[in-house]
Amino acid sequence: MTTITINGKQHQLDVDPQMPLLWVIRDIVGLTGTKYGCGVAQCGACVVHLNGEAVRSCVTKLSRAEGQNVVTIEGLSNYNDHPAQVAWNKENVPQCGYCHSGQIMSAAVLLRENADPSDEDIDAAMAGNICRCGTYQRIRKAIHLAAQLQRKEEPGK
Amino acid sequence: MKTQVTSKVAYKGTIRTAAVISILAFIFCIMAFGLNKEIRGIHHSAPFIAVVKKDSVTSVKAFKQVYTVLMSPRCMNCHPAGDIPLQGEDSHLHMMYPKRGVDGKGVYAMKCSNCHQPVNTPGLHTPPGNENWHLPPANSKMVFQGKTAYQLAKQLIDPAQNGHKNLEKLIEHADDGLVLAGWNPGEGRKLPPLSHAQFKKAWITWLTTGAYAPKSK
Repeated sequence: MTTITINGKQHQLDVDPQMPLLWVIRDIVGLTGTKYGCGVAQCGACVVHLNGEAVRSCVTKLSRAEGQNVVTIEGLSNYNDHPAQVAWNKENVPQCGYCHSGQIMSAAVLLRENADPSDEDIDAAMAGNICRCGTYQRIRKAIHLAAQLQRKEEPGK
Repeated sequence: MKTQVTSKVAYKGTIRTAAVISILAFIFCIMAFGLNKEIRGIHHSAPFIAVVKKDSVTSVKAFKQVYTVLMSPRCMNCHPAGDIPLQGEDSHLHMMYPKRGVDGKGVYAMKCSNCHQPVNTPGLHTPPGNENWHLPPANSKMVFQGKTAYQLAKQLIDPAQNGHKNLEKLIEHADDGLVLAGWNPGEGRKLPPLSHAQFKKAWITWLTTGAYAPKSK
């Protein structure tokens, strides 16, 4: 049995510890917001937070996450109101939408570590998240907006 | 006759004094040598005591072997001239352009361990893994890319550029987990040109024969 906490809820799982975390999240626990893209850590569609870091769940084995805290797009905020989610909505960022749970999870780490990211910071943080629809300009705009919203929410930042 | 006896006694006394002085000088030299090695950080307690026996020809010959390994993609790819690691047998810039960061472990959502797992991921074109995957930190970049054998040899033994490693630490570094990972590169990647045992032997030979740098030209 493997114990893992996903979005604050503890799960006891009787599955192979070598199973990719992505399969556990989607097929065992049933949270399908996180997407399968490439399976080899090249595209970023499967990004979730493992103890706050934006890991690629397609290559992360369940064994690495044992006893750790995982957050998926479903658990990023209580009411889909994380500044990045609000900004994504306001800027109409997604086209097909497939990559955007991964995009938002990566952006959330950037916003946590840098309250006022420059274009260069955004490039450095988001270069591993690919969007086939090419929504990059809107992603950049949304991250700047999310940073503003976050600073309003937390003036100290 | 009396004068002859007196001069014999004086002669014997002079020899005795000279012998005592020589022995004391010998002991002092040995102590001074040992102390000097202590100061230089060479002579420490177990498990390994490095003894330097200078031999520039052997040293340079050994470094030429070391250099072939350090400049192979398995080593050089994580010792880039810029702040982006290299990738592949042709040492191109790493896809996605991940940045070094202050600690060498990446930035924001692009930290090395987000993709590089504690072990190699199975399959071709998948991220190789290690518990401690990282580049050298920003304050000590330890660049290999573009360095001549002369430049690299000088850099490796300079504490200001090698992470403050003394001779013993440099020798130990041959068995560092991330160095060893070069010989466990994951599927589809070439090994360095020497085995790890050959590399380690050449590395230690280079260091313990004086760490001479090949000529600059």
